[in-house]
Amino acid sequence: MKFDTPAGTNPIDQLKVIGKPTDRIDGPLKTTGAAKYAYEWHEEVPNAAYGYIVGSAIAKGRIGSIDLDEAKAASGVLAIVTAKEAGKLGKGKFNTVKLLAGPDIDHYAQAIAVVVAETFEQARAAAAMVRIDYVRAKGSFDLAEGLKTAPITGGMGDDGKPAPKEDRYGDFEGAYAAAPVKLDERYTTPDQSQAMIEPHASIAAWDGDKLTVWNANQMVDWSRADLATTLGIPKDNVRLISPYVGGGFGSKLWIRADVVMAALGAKAAGRPVKIALPRPFLMNNTPHRPATAQRIRIGTDQAGKITAFAHESGTGDVAGGQPETVTAQSKLLYAGENRLLQRRLAHLDLPESNAMRAPGEAQGLMALEIAMDEMAEKLKIDPIEFRIINDTQVDPMKPEKRFSQRQLTECFRIGAEKFGWSQRNASPGQMRDGRWLIGMGTATAFRGHINTPSKARIRLDAKGIVTVESDMTDIGTGSYTIFAQTAAETMGLPLDKVIVKLGDSTFPVSAGSGGQWGANSGTAGVYAACMKLRELVAERLGLNTADAAFVDGKVRSANRSIALGDAAKGGDIVIEDGIEFGDLDKQMHQATFGAHFVEVGVDAYTGVTRVRRMLAVCAAGRILNPKAARSQVIGAMTMGVGGALMEELAVDRRFGFFVNHDLAGYEVPVHADIPHQEVIFLDEVDATTSPMKAKGVGELGLCGVGAAVANAVYNATGVRIRDYPITLDKHLDRLPAIA
Amino acid sequence: MKPFSYERATTPAEAAAAVQRPGAKFIAGGTNLLDLMKLEIETPQHLVDVGGLNLDRIEPTPEGGLRIGALVTNTDLASDKRVRKDYGVLCRAIVAGASGQLRNKATTAGNLLQRTRCPYFYDTNQPCNKRKPGSGCAAIGGVNRQLGVIGTSDACIATYPGDMAVAMRVLDAAVETVNAAGATRAIPIANFHRLPGSTPHIDTTLQHGELITGVTLPRPLGGTHVYLKVRDRASYAFALVSIAAVIQRDGTGHVAIGGVAPKPWRNEAADAALPQGAKAAASRLFAGARPTPENAFKVPLAERALAAVLAEVKAA
Ligand SMILES: Cc1cc2nc3c(=O)[nH]c(=O)nc-3n(C[C@H](O)[C@H](O)[C@H](O)COP(=O)(O)OP(=O)(O)OC[C@H]3O[C@@H](n4cnc5c(N)ncnc54)[C@H](O)[C@@H]3O)c2cc1C
Ligand code: SF4
Repeated sequence: MKFDTPAGTNPIDQLKVIGKPTDRIDGPLKTTGAAKYAYEWHEEVPNAAYGYIVGSAIAKGRIGSIDLDEAKAASGVLAIVTAKEAGKLGKGKFNTVKLLAGPDIDHYAQAIAVVVAETFEQARAAAAMVRIDYVRAKGSFDLAEGLKTAPITGGMGDDGKPAPKEDRYGDFEGAYAAAPVKLDERYTTPDQSQAMIEPHASIAAWDGDKLTVWNANQMVDWSRADLATTLGIPKDNVRLISPYVGGGFGSKLWIRADVVMAALGAKAAGRPVKIALPRPFLMNNTPHRPATAQRIRIGTDQAGKITAFAHESGTGDVAGGQPETVTAQSKLLYAGENRLLQRRLAHLDLPESNAMRAPGEAQGLMALEIAMDEMAEKLKIDPIEFRIINDTQVDPMKPEKRFSQRQLTECFRIGAEKFGWSQRNASPGQMRDGRWLIGMGTATAFRGHINTPSKARIRLDAKGIVTVESDMTDIGTGSYTIFAQTAAETMGLPLDKVIVKLGDSTFPVSAGSGGQWGANSGTAGVYAACMKLRELVAERLGLNTADAAFVDGKVRSANRSIALGDAAKGGDIVIEDGIEFGDLDKQMHQATFGAHFVEVGVDAYTGVTRVRRMLAVCAAGRILNPKAARSQVIGAMTMGVGGALMEELAVDRRFGFFVNHDLAGYEVPVHADIPHQEVIFLDEVDATTSPMKAKGVGELGLCGVGAAVANAVYNATGVRIRDYPITLDKHLDRLPAIA
Repeated sequence: MKPFSYERATTPAEAAAAVQRPGAKFIAGGTNLLDLMKLEIETPQHLVDVGGLNLDRIEPTPEGGLRIGALVTNTDLASDKRVRKDYGVLCRAIVAGASGQLRNKATTAGNLLQRTRCPYFYDTNQPCNKRKPGSGCAAIGGVNRQLGVIGTSDACIATYPGDMAVAMRVLDAAVETVNAAGATRAIPIANFHRLPGSTPHIDTTLQHGELITGVTLPRPLGGTHVYLKVRDRASYAFALVSIAAVIQRDGTGHVAIGGVAPKPWRNEAADAALPQGAKAAASRLFAGARPTPENAFKVPLAERALAAVLAEVKAA
């Protein structure tokens, strides 16, 4: 189905199943442990041996020599593969750095060898016996230092061509110089780890030259292709299975060393091999969200209208890497005629930088939404009013291009009312509750909307059961459930008459899970396939497609009512179709919006910050399953609190690695950090996104949270911190004196 | 993890004798030792499990205090009625540590002997004098926000990371041991953990093979018991700074600080200065502190945290 004009009324609008807060259909499997994650296919692969990866102990340089003798002789060892044994390997489209190093080392913990043994313990013990002599080279590990000489670059555009070096509109410098009120501040955000619960994990099994991998993965088709490229085998020879994924946050958009080394180890050992990356290794072996250094300049007139706006950012990456899209939201978020957006990319020899939930916007909004608060304070305008004054229904740089839906102002108005924003004291440092300084903060949430083609296969049997198959992944988001809801709604069935099978490369290629595109694009693919099935059913039953109604498991036309399953009496009906998108997203901007509200307490003595309550109001198209969507948003809010208050991969600038590389050292929020959270979804349908009229919420929920926390901390203390995370040591010396 | 042999001892003397073998170590709850073995930071060849030694009772002492068996779990100790009533600071310190699951396994002796959480100690690619004597200290000049500000040396700036021992320090507990020859002794907690000097690989004054059999607490001190643990997240994190204090109505009392030194940090001059307030006490506790630029905040933080404790006691 080609989607190139806004959707009219369609079966989804019945909202009998779609739009209902529905429990996960995979919930019982998860809570009973029956859902199999990549490492757990014991019955399917009963004879798997265990692989353990040896990572580089240095960040930059070369392998002088490797001595495998002791490791090979260790008990239980079946095979050891290094770059030498592996021979020539390719590099996947989505990998910047090679997944198996040798002789050159590109970063700390880059894989150097895999040891395969009968048991996990044997593989781990033998891996520690691999002796490697390194020749160290000098590397660059300091972002601030690197940015001093880093070039301005636009990086690669979405079309794979170099993007413009910078974005300019009007005369920023002139307008800024002339602005009566202005701000020029710098902000930094640290490197972050996705810290998903399930580590990267794989089982690889060869059958002749055919390879099957069970791989924790968000994007089955991308990764199947990249694995084939890396191993130098045809894509058709690779099957990738990933039906359950224990979180990804971008870390599993691509293949990593686990699956490549499992495949190489399995080949060498002549046996299936399973590998899970241990956490202390994973945090330096796999990509992370890069640190940023940002500068924001805003000029306004006396009334608070933005007249000049500049956002510059600097990030770092290994050779061949990209600048993070930190300024993306700044193109579109607020009005203002004269604009400058610029990015720099420093060369760093730290582990590869890559996507983590809302890449770019997450860091960009952490800075921008503090800047907006600071500007509002200079103007003595309420921060919400300041944002509303500068809200826009059109692209500030292309005024002819409108937003399909933009309810940012509504989000703020409703949120302010619900949260009790009027209780906030505009003068910081004034509210107290015993030992605690109390503050409220707000910030805009904004995330672009992306459409991606997505297919599904649908089977109808004589019992009236509909089975949906797609290589879509469910990374804890609820894909199974919204796919089932979509098929049920379209076919006029209750939810329990739909079976959903996901995450297998033998199924049609879907949108996959990333960039919050999965929900809308994926379900639109299911919808398209179901609509095709409806035609076939009507045809088989001798009914007129146009007036056949699919209701309560029946197909009705004129005065006839036939059980849906009857259409498959002569054999199952199997069809495959999907959604393809025209250029509606070029004609207008499609994006998701929201407003975050946070109340914090800061201990006046110790400077410790604890969140007291949070609210997010989101306008993100039709909400397909409010329960699953709420889970996404509160999870994202939690992640935002982590980013604001504690998460930081601490860089050792001498040795070039992330030092706190486990979940004891890299702190993410625990239950005790997360108090009352509330989410409100505005009643919105966006007919321009797909027949589902939906968008995504998984990343929107994170965008802006960090700044809302930062603004609340400022409101509590009167001390502005522009360097995340906001840990107590950054404001302790400026808190009120103690008796 | 290197292969190792394992045995389960049935009497304290037998355990102490069994651990005389080269490369042998005791194992109790295993929550610290096993993690270190997986990373090959500890590489014992033989483990002597002390779980069956019947050292899991809490009993009154003739002096009016309590004797805590070495194998009493953190959960059992923190929930003991006598501890909750008379030694509140100990109960609060324990529940401020680790997680419920860990505390169910963690033992009194194992907790005292938990090793540092210096991140470089945990990464066998990095130099670390505590892990590998003479290899150097990667934390000095590196990432050391969490590490020590006082009592440290040029060889090591790590902290003793635990909570329970900080409370035991303020209570003047004593660690009871037995060796292979059957000789027993009681080590005042003040002398139990040692400063690193040039030998940071030795954490305590225990001799090799010396088995901890219990910890004794003197008669209850009365007063108000407070444990304040300051950390970046609300739970399940080691202390940046922690304060264990027992304060009397007249403002006198005892205070020990955790998270700042290789041992629970306390001195008599600071205790004596408590009635004059946090500043007076903190200046005595931290005289001669040698923080790094990254962790210099711990000194004012400790003072402010102590002020919070004193204010809380006053208000109570
Ligand atoms: C994720 C995590 C978070 C944690 N957070 C905290 C925290 O916030 N605060 C805190 O205080 N602690 C914390 N801990 C540490 C925890 O308290 C210790 O791991 C635990 O107390 C150790 O007790 P155990 O019985 O398991 O010791 P084991 O691991 O069995 O042994 C530890 C050491 O003691 C020796 N040993 C054991 N028994 C004896 C004996 N009777 N005589 C002589 N030697 C003996 C062993 O040989 C070993 O060297 C945390 C641990 C983890 C894993
Ligand atoms: S501070 Fe101590 S434990 Fe840490 S690296 Fe230095 S020597 Fe090792």
